[in-house]
Order: sequence, then C-alpha cells, then structure tokens
Amino acid sequence: MILADDERRMLDGAEGPAVQAAMELLVKYGEVLGAERLIDTDNVCGANIFNAQQRKLAGGTLDDVFAQISLDSPGGFEIPRARAHSCQLIGPMDTLEWQVQGVPQETRDAILDSESYSARHGIHLMNTCTPYQVGNVPTRGEHCAWMESSAVIYVNSVLGAMTNVEGRESAAAAMLTGKIPYWGYHLPENRHATVHVEVTVDVTTNRDWGLLGYAVGKVAGETVPVLTGITDTPNLVKLKHFGAAAATSGGVEMYHIPGVTAEAQTLEQALGGPGKKPALTVRYGPAEREAAYARLNTTAADTAVDLVMIGCPHASLDQIRDVCDLLGDRKVAPGTELWLFTPRGIRLLAERSGYGDRLRAAGAVLMSDTCPAIGRFVPDGTRVIVTDSAKQAHYLPAIMGVQGWFGDTRECVDAAVTGRWEGNL
Amino acid sequence: MTTATVLHGRGLSGGVCEGEALVTREAIAGWGGIDSRTGTIIESRHELAGQSIAGKILVFPAAKGSSGWSGVFHMARLEGVGPKAMVFNVMNTKIALAVVVSHVPCVTALDQDPVEVIRTGDLVRVDGDRGVIEILKRKDGNASGI
Repeated sequence: MILADDERRMLDGAEGPAVQAAMELLVKYGEVLGAERLIDTDNVCGANIFNAQQRKLAGGTLDDVFAQISLDSPGGFEIPRARAHSCQLIGPMDTLEWQVQGVPQETRDAILDSESYSARHGIHLMNTCTPYQVGNVPTRGEHCAWMESSAVIYVNSVLGAMTNVEGRESAAAAMLTGKIPYWGYHLPENRHATVHVEVTVDVTTNRDWGLLGYAVGKVAGETVPVLTGITDTPNLVKLKHFGAAAATSGGVEMYHIPGVTAEAQTLEQALGGPGKKPALTVRYGPAEREAAYARLNTTAADTAVDLVMIGCPHASLDQIRDVCDLLGDRKVAPGTELWLFTPRGIRLLAERSGYGDRLRAAGAVLMSDTCPAIGRFVPDGTRVIVTDSAKQAHYLPAIMGVQGWFGDTRECVDAAVTGRWEGNL
Repeated sequence: MTTATVLHGRGLSGGVCEGEALVTREAIAGWGGIDSRTGTIIESRHELAGQSIAGKILVFPAAKGSSGWSGVFHMARLEGVGPKAMVFNVMNTKIALAVVVSHVPCVTALDQDPVEVIRTGDLVRVDGDRGVIEILKRKDGNASGI
C-alpha cells in the first residue's frame, strides 16, 4: 500500500505505540483487501465495551484489553483519546434495567467501568445500532468507518455516505488514526447496482419491508441490488427494517430504490449509466414473499409465547407510540414479557412523551443500549420469542436456542397480551 | 501413479499447516453464526449447523452477516477454538479483518474452486506464504489423484 507522510509517521511510531499498533493493523488489513491506499475519516462507529469473556481472555488493565481485543496488539501501552469523532454502537447492557437482563452486580460494575473508559477516550456513548436516529447522520459522500451491518446499509444507501462494514479492530484503529482502507464502497464505481429486483407485490407495512429485505439479501448476497416496482414511499422505519433484513440473510451493504435513496433517480443511474445492464434480474412476487415468510418462521412450532421483542434495529419514537396505541388499555399476559429496545436519547423522549408510563402500566419494559441478541439475554425459561424484526427472528434462535416467530407489530402486541402466537401471512 | 491435487492462489497470511478440511458451499456468518466459546456453527439454517470449526481447515465461499465477524474469529482464537487455516473465494472487509486477527494461514483467489474440489474430511496442506493448497489424502482413504 502507498502511505501518505502522516500515515508513515504513525506507522513509524512518531505518534506513540498505540497509534503505531493501529496503523500496523490498518496496513495489514488493507493489504489483505488489496487496497492501494488509506483515506481520511472523521466519523467512526465501533464497539469497545468489553464483556466478561473479553476481559478474562485479555487480562490486565483496560488499556491492555483495548490493545488486545480492539487492536489485536499485545499492548503494554496507554491508549490515547480518539483522534476521529467516534461513537459506541450497541453494547451488552442497559445501565438502567440491568437487573431485568439478569446481569450480576459484578458484571454490571465491570461494564460501567468499560463504558467510562470509552467516554474518557472521547468515544460518544450512543450505545445503539442506529446512530443515524440520534444525531450521527452522515452527509452524502462522507467517508465513514462504521460497524453494524444494519447501520452501514442505511447510511450508504439512504444517505449516500461511504463506508464498508468495518469490524471492531478496524473501527478502533480508525478511531485512533482517522484512517481506513480506501476500498469497496469508498470507491464510487463500486456503488452501482448489478442485480435488478422487479417487485410485483405491494410493499407497504414494516413487515412487508422486512420480508422484502430478507428475500433480497438471499438473492443479492454481496452485490448491490436495485429495486423497481416500489409504489409506496418508505419512511425511516421501513428502510431500517429492509436494510437490516437484507444485511442479515445476505451481505448487502448498499442498494438503490430510484427516486427514494440518495444516489439514483432512475434505474439507469442505479446501474451506472446508459447501456449498463444488470448481471441478474429477479422477480419478487407473492411466491417469493411467502418463501421469505416461511424461512423466517422455520425455527418455531409452539404457540405459547414467553417473550415479545420490539426494537431491532432500535425502535424509533413512532414505533414506541405505535406499540402504546396497539396496547390501548390492555395488559401483558402473566408469564409473557413485552420488551422494547430503543436508543437512550429516544428513551428519554419516550419518557417525556408519556410512553414510558403507558408501557409500565401495561407491564411492558422499555430498555436501551442493548438487545437480547447482543447482550445474550432472555427471561428465564424462555422457549418461544416473537418479534417484528426479520433480523432478530433470524439471529435470536441461533444465539439463545429459542424458537422465533416473525410477524407484524400488531400480531406481536396481541401475542404479548394473549400469551399466544396467532400470526399469519 | 497418483498426483496430489494442487490449487494455486493468493496467500494472505503466512505459515504452513496441515489439517482436516471442513467444507461448505454456503457463506458463513460470524457473530450469530459461530459460538466463539466453542467454535460451533450455530446458524440454524446453515448446512453445517452443529459442527465445529475448531482446528479445522475451513473452506467456504464467503463471509456474510454481522460486522461482528472478525470479533468472533478473534475471540475464538483467544479461546483456542479457531480454525487452523482458512480458504475462501470472495474477499470482503469481514473476512479480510478476520484473516488479520486469526493469525493462521489463509489463501484466496484460487485457480480452482476450493469449495468444489476439496471435500469435508480431506487431509489438506495450506501454505499461506506461497498461496498453495494441496489435498494430501481424500477422506475415503485414497491418495488424491487424477
């Protein structure tokens, strides 16, 4: 790789051993990728709240844990403040409702310690998978270094920011250096669609968008799809569901919906200009929709529901209000839990708007900073979960060994109230 | 006379090792796909669900899913349940970072599709310096040959 003078200085150790270790990691990473150079970034989202497993394996001080787990370096040096503007993504624990999660006091103290370490190092504790809902809204063309596949696909596609799906180590190295390999979606020519998805069914509800995303991810894999036939302009929540699902069943990091997403007004623009043809054209019709629904519900058989989970990716204020309205005066069934997850900032707004009181009155729990898949927690004895998120329905059964039903928000709230799953397509 | 089947590609990280291949035609998920404490593949919809990557030559087409991919392989290495080597087709940021933090020989861009040529249970040598894969012995006991 060709390094600029400032990058060479970092690699030579002129900025200290931590920055040197970060630059060494970026150079190795860039060479494996086949990148020709690095690019400046001042918007980094990473994951540096360390859980018990990580602290035990790394040992030593938090500087050493950061060096080993986040920089793949033996450590023995102090970690400086982040050079780039940086934020923490979703983490392992809700600092308010940690007892609901079943987190032991000792683990809670260790996580708080790790959080304040990050804050002291200039990493904003957003603690959400959706930084774009709470103020980190990259501009079109802004080079970022973000983790979290559902956030990457959102900012690339909807906003036109430029980032690959980074990992913990590359994001941490970017925080300390303000650099990331110039590869993949940082290059304009890699952002054109090669797969054309012709949508022939109505896609209107959150559930519709989740199903479409799950189907598109399976077909598109790592490529950039373009969708036509969308007749109903989606809002943030629908595109959040769509992107999370497409990044879960495949590896989609970028898509186009001409007239909706940032970089294409027409199918021709999405494909990269006049005369460009897609390598593959597929149809998304009623049969594909049914197949996606069936695949999402393959892990579930029992209809007695233990946990209803809303807020993957983290819920918007509108979604929280919708759950309150769907609940009305009804209460969550005995033996069933209704958990909502949202960014901390939106949680404050939800409390101020009265939704916190309404949820508590119904027996539901509003949480932030984490989710059951990231924090690895469900209520004791949980066998069956219900969610309106394709992503959570995909991952939680694998991670927690539970059955998972996927449906729309109304079906999920009804399941919380009755304790039974009665959803259908 | 038999000739060992040899594949040539791009070596990504150094070292040479021999081991038993675990092959899949499906992309692998890291976070939410592999338990970093045991090396077990936990993605319930995956053809290798329930099998372990620990100590295996992992042969797969691509890395998919969450950005926690490298983190899972990093933790699996620290837990002693990571793969012995990795052979794959499609380069992306998830696998590239995992190559860096796994500290095992890795090869990609091969002249034959490793997912088609290598079978689970084959004894394989991976040379991450030269980018060469040799199938030393087929699972059915025959020396590999043409």
